[in-house]
Amino acid sequence: MDLRPDKKIDIAEILKNLENYRAKKRGWVWRKHKPEQKLGEHTFYDHSESLKNSVPLPAAKYFDNIDPQPKPVITTEIASGRFEDDIRRMRMAAWHGADHIMVIRTTGQSHIDGLIEGTPEGIGGVPITRKQIRATRKALDLIEEEVGRPINFHSYVSGVAGPEVAVVFAEEGIAGAHQDPQYNVLYRNVNMFRSFVDAAEAKKIMADANIFQIDGAHNANATAKKAWKVRPELMVQHAINCMYSLKAGMDARNIGLSTVPPTAPPAPKLWYDLPYAVGLRDLFSDFKFRAQQNTRYVESDTDEAQITHAIDTLISALTSADLQSTITPDEGRNVPWHQNNIRSVDATKQVFNALDGIKQFVKLDMEGPLGKIVRELKERAVLFLEEIIEVGGYFNAVEKGYFVDSGYYPERNGDGIVREQNGGVAAGTIIERKDDYFAPVCSHFGINHLPEGIKNPCDAIGGCTLCKPEKIAFIDELDPEDNVNNRIKSLIEDEKNGIIKPEVEWHGDGIVTVEMVLPTFEEAAEVAAIEIAKKMTLIDPQVIHKRVLHPAEGTMLLVKGRVEHYVKLADIKIPEKVQHLSDEVIEKFVKENDLKVVGATLGEDEHSVGLQEILDIKHGGIEKWGFKCYYLGTSVPVEKLVDAAIEVGAKAILASTIITHGDVHKFNMKKLDQVCREKGIRDKVLLISGGTQVTNDIAVECGMDAGFGRGTHGIDVADFIVKKLMEKKR
Amino acid sequence: MKSGLERVDDFEVRRKHLANLSDEELKKRFWELTEKIVEPMINLAKKYTSPSIERSVLLRMGFNSIEANKIVDILYKKDLLGHGAGNVVLKVSKKENIEYLDAGRKIIDGYPCENLF
Repeated sequence: MDLRPDKKIDIAEILKNLENYRAKKRGWVWRKHKPEQKLGEHTFYDHSESLKNSVPLPAAKYFDNIDPQPKPVITTEIASGRFEDDIRRMRMAAWHGADHIMVIRTTGQSHIDGLIEGTPEGIGGVPITRKQIRATRKALDLIEEEVGRPINFHSYVSGVAGPEVAVVFAEEGIAGAHQDPQYNVLYRNVNMFRSFVDAAEAKKIMADANIFQIDGAHNANATAKKAWKVRPELMVQHAINCMYSLKAGMDARNIGLSTVPPTAPPAPKLWYDLPYAVGLRDLFSDFKFRAQQNTRYVESDTDEAQITHAIDTLISALTSADLQSTITPDEGRNVPWHQNNIRSVDATKQVFNALDGIKQFVKLDMEGPLGKIVRELKERAVLFLEEIIEVGGYFNAVEKGYFVDSGYYPERNGDGIVREQNGGVAAGTIIERKDDYFAPVCSHFGINHLPEGIKNPCDAIGGCTLCKPEKIAFIDELDPEDNVNNRIKSLIEDEKNGIIKPEVEWHGDGIVTVEMVLPTFEEAAEVAAIEIAKKMTLIDPQVIHKRVLHPAEGTMLLVKGRVEHYVKLADIKIPEKVQHLSDEVIEKFVKENDLKVVGATLGEDEHSVGLQEILDIKHGGIEKWGFKCYYLGTSVPVEKLVDAAIEVGAKAILASTIITHGDVHKFNMKKLDQVCREKGIRDKVLLISGGTQVTNDIAVECGMDAGFGRGTHGIDVADFIVKKLMEKKR
Repeated sequence: MKSGLERVDDFEVRRKHLANLSDEELKKRFWELTEKIVEPMINLAKKYTSPSIERSVLLRMGFNSIEANKIVDILYKKDLLGHGAGNVVLKVSKKENIEYLDAGRKIIDGYPCENLF
């Protein structure tokens, strides 16, 4: 099975024969940095190899359509509760530049003492099961071929089934995972002894499978009342997990600190976030950095979120990031929607593209306040470690509530999280290994008494699943109702019938948004918006975002609702793509007929870029094929343009109209047609208008021969003129 | 539950012994203290096992997750996990002269393992 860029991925095909599928690769892959890389006419220093297939940024068309891929791995989190729909989104994200796909687990999975099997639907995430992983990995194996770059698939090894989850991850080719026993203890209330004992085994399994680990320290950012106050503690949390991981057998290069700049504007972000970022990178110089964008302050305003995230990414560029994790700007209001994964990946790529070479231009001044704050943070962290030892170690410190206190250590506000040593989920479930303890498998941590004559533990069973994947036991489905086979029936049916229906998360969910401004105060606007949405036949309308433009003058609202409407592909008329004449044919005709055109921006309109792109040889304009172009400039009266056409004997008039207030663009087009008629040249000259709001239909309605809108290139206009004139000659 | 532990920021007093350390010395101290904290924790992990660890061993032996759950539940109740679940399975396999996967299934069906050790 291969993917074709013009065809949707066949989910039903992915699900076939899974019991025999083996992931094509195991373990983590970094991007390949290509220093001094020439892309188009530009040189990049901090970027990696380009993709085979991708969607570049919108402005790429002005820069030779390049799509530079930043050096750090870029993460996107995709987990809608239905992995079969997530796969399609993963493909979209990969095309935009994500190569680390993180899947959040369904609510409550960390408290399940064992594995989940099959493909049940999740809430706020996906139930992580062998089948779900295998199917997703199978799809990603195809998608990475399609884009031409390995994709790291990621989930979580935590809760009370950590070692088992780690085994499944190692067997199924998961490349990255969160693993931090402190997270279990503090935020999931898993018993602390159980959590750390399990963690060592899980880490050993991950280490041997080359699974990249991300810790959980960033959660204190989202939990503490004032996230910037817990910076010294976060250094301590990172240190404990890093050291514990090293002792469990991990290589420092596979240990990543999950770190988030803790503030957002209007706070003076750099004063807090930059020293913290620098201090961490000093102390943890042997480890990798997973820089995550801030989630704490994301509410309903996606613009605000994107800007905070861009500044977070700037901090990564000023310091370092091996992975840049993106956060969807809609995370504060719903489970992320398709388009918002793409928005955040694009925005992050955009920032890194822009900041290429930043360290060749800018150096951090450690002599100023930055150095002083960095030093203070480190000292506060060291004092924290000293106190942990003073009170008898980590477990005692947790029991005393030392962690996630909102005070700026050594300050204490008495609101730290307290966990009892003998309390929490699965308390009292660790068991001392006896003198004959034996585990006949690889990647086992701790005491293991091998029987006589056995060199590798799994020799005792003729090889374990990590050595002999054919021994892996696969369970398909346990629930006859709640499974992917039932859920994809409508997808298969709709695909067969060519049904097109809006969606943001799941196939055919019918969700759409409407943005409106209501010229009234906030409370009235909110109620009115719902009523208006109902009249637009939106089902279950909800206001998901509002912005007060002025307390009395107006409110902007974004309303979400559902529609049952759909169209069938067979019923819609898609305009055919124009087949352009060849360069040679156009050039020959232009030369033989000595074709001249005049162009200007009409009326009171100073926009000139669009028309120059169409005329100018440098931008692929029509001069390229030999047209003689007479450009009259901006704000040119219609009469003057027509007179110029008559004077030079132009065969075409190119009129640019950008401003559309009061339909002035239509007025000017009609006037152009009228003046040409009055002067008796209408049948001798082609009238062509262009502009961002112009369509061919509007232009023709206003008396033009053709209209060209957004995305028009010189070839479109040259092709039209030559074809029309050829027709006339015939 | 919240700690109730309150303290004003006495950083300036507490830091006195760190003030003269170079950045390198401070970093060294940071990691030495961390190692001291982690040492007893990792030793605990070396000496102990858990139901999840034992299930993960059985998975690596080729049992499916449902079988692994059942076997570990039984052995946990019989207080035999300290020997290692895989070890118990192998003992049954040897004693009964059957494939070890079948031995595991025998344990699920109620095979008495108490007297194996």
